[in-house]
Amino acid sequence: MSASGDRSPAIEVEDLHKAFELPSQRLNTLKERALRPLRPIDYTQLHALRGVSFAVGRGEFMGVAGRNGSGKTTLLKLLASVYRPNRGRIRVAGSLAPFIELGVGFNPALTARDNVLLNGVMMGLTPREARRRFDEVIDFAELQDFVELKLKNFSSGMSMRLAFAVMVQADADVMLIDEVLAVGDASFAQKCTATFGRMRSEGRTVVFVTHDMESMRSLCDSAILLENGAIDTAGTPDEVAERYFDLNFTGGLTAPGSARGEESSAGARITDVWLEDATGRRVRGFAHDSRIRLAALVEAEDEIEGPGFGFQIRSPEGAPLVGTPAPALRIGGRSDRLAAGEQVIVRATIANPFTPGNYLVNCSLSQRGNAFDVVDQRNPATEIVIWGLRRAAGYVELDWDLDVERGPAATASREAAVE
Amino acid sequence: MSVQTPAAPLEEIPGPSAFGGGRRRFVDLVWLLATTDFKVNYFGTALGYVWSLMRPLMLFGVLYLVFTSVFRFGDDIPNYAALLLVNIMLYSFFAESTIRAVGSVVNSENIVRKMQFPRLVIPLSVVLTNVFNLCLNLTAALIFMLATGVEPRLTWLALPLLVLPLIALTCGVALLLSALFVRFRDVGQVWGVLTLVIFYGSPFLYPVELVPASLRFLLLINPFAPLLEAVRRLLVDPAAPSIVERAGSVFGIIGPSLVVVAVCAVGYVVFTRAAPRVAEEL
Repeated sequence: MSASGDRSPAIEVEDLHKAFELPSQRLNTLKERALRPLRPIDYTQLHALRGVSFAVGRGEFMGVAGRNGSGKTTLLKLLASVYRPNRGRIRVAGSLAPFIELGVGFNPALTARDNVLLNGVMMGLTPREARRRFDEVIDFAELQDFVELKLKNFSSGMSMRLAFAVMVQADADVMLIDEVLAVGDASFAQKCTATFGRMRSEGRTVVFVTHDMESMRSLCDSAILLENGAIDTAGTPDEVAERYFDLNFTGGLTAPGSARGEESSAGARITDVWLEDATGRRVRGFAHDSRIRLAALVEAEDEIEGPGFGFQIRSPEGAPLVGTPAPALRIGGRSDRLAAGEQVIVRATIANPFTPGNYLVNCSLSQRGNAFDVVDQRNPATEIVIWGLRRAAGYVELDWDLDVERGPAATASREAAVE
Repeated sequence: MSVQTPAAPLEEIPGPSAFGGGRRRFVDLVWLLATTDFKVNYFGTALGYVWSLMRPLMLFGVLYLVFTSVFRFGDDIPNYAALLLVNIMLYSFFAESTIRAVGSVVNSENIVRKMQFPRLVIPLSVVLTNVFNLCLNLTAALIFMLATGVEPRLTWLALPLLVLPLIALTCGVALLLSALFVRFRDVGQVWGVLTLVIFYGSPFLYPVELVPASLRFLLLINPFAPLLEAVRRLLVDPAAPSIVERAGSVFGIIGPSLVVVAVCAVGYVVFTRAAPRVAEEL
């Protein structure tokens, strides 16, 4: 790994294998076992990791990316000594603190004080160290007034702050962090980012598992990409992010699970949908302040009368955000028809008000000048990644004019308005 | 890059296990988990400790009435009420510890699957919580004994020594059950029935001399028999014959001791073998 070449390793993983045995027919009561004493239990082997090796240098911030089910969490749990590997070796220099989830082991019936102490001891501190660290944790969480309050009476934001403070104060040589950024509101995420930045500058070794390529790029020195339980790419965060997008949006950059509408009666199809930059090169996303360029290839097998085309951008949850002006973009030219065998590329360039995140693009092809007479549709046709470090509430960012009036002048101007 | 701490050598990580993390941490964790659990149970509700005393007291009240007014054998035994109360406190400790230990590992899923810590602390802390409880209950029982006119004796001080083998047995059973429960979820049901069998099959309610000679051999393997006989001699009735005299041979004490050792050994082996994989099987 480029960044770790000159540093002694803090973590060294060699040829790590982990398989889970899933019983095909689960005999999980004594009764079943007694009734079928001789029946062999069939296991299906699920290979979560197959021969993973890497090293993390001292003080390095390493990102671990990968699609769902690629083995990220298994790797983290092996590093954290929660699972035992089937084969391979993990060596770590110094103490290690895993944060697979915030607030693990918090007991709602206990006070904040007891929870912090208990959590500290669970993490490997002695009770005395845990007590000494207690004040720092409470200061960081800004919960001084609620120390003796039971956790069940905390708001979710307060317990989150407490859990995060516990993590930040863990003070281990090596920290394992799993997507804790994903929880909490924007200001909390901001605080997380700042804290990770501080860990970096303190020279803490961190393994950071994430789906968010933006935070990976901004935080990590190096990264690995897991795919199918093996390391697909190891390199700079940029290389890994590039490859991650590739894997996610393979083949013509369409999403793998892209759902097609029912086969059209009339013979015309949307055969390809992609994003491109100003020079026409295909891309996977856009920086959050640059215009979005969408393109689609339509192929007509038969003659289509009154062809119309629509793009729609949706939120990751599928809520429509913007679309081409209704009813549909006429793509048939002057004759208002597509001849059999004709191919058309439809391009749309739109302003980009979107905040960083992933969005979906839907496309539809209609006929007879009626946007509802659908010939072909692709929902979603592709995904747009909007990157940038800005975080805002909501999907779009618009211009705001904000103004605050304070003091006597404000009162005066209000009175003037009343009069 | 800021100043680096002196390089710690690379060391293989321990992996999940029953122990792991050093003896100190193990003890700290058992203690802390047990005390916090105790706090939650007894300071969390309005009446707190009263409830945990009420259960054995109710059981005692019913049984005492039945065996002194209906079956009427209690009348013949010196200090039957006091003896019965202490016995029930001991039984409650055993039954509650083991019944709560059965699901303890599975119920701690959220920490087991996300943290590295010695798995053994989970069932052991359950037993320890109940040890605290037992201490309070026995104190209450001793006060009851004084109040009902049992003469205090120096031999009362040996009671903690008698409780030690009971705690050992309870730990062994707790380990065994909590490890088995991960794989076989009906262990809880089975154990619920077995605790009743143990209650009526051991001399908690009745003195050993009432056991017919044809069944006396059972006393040779029942760990509760010598324990309860010793409690009786030490606390209320020094004239009662010792278990060795009763069983007619020294096996009266050796047999049950072997059972305790065997249960602890099996529990320990089963638990330590299961521990590394517990997180995957929940």
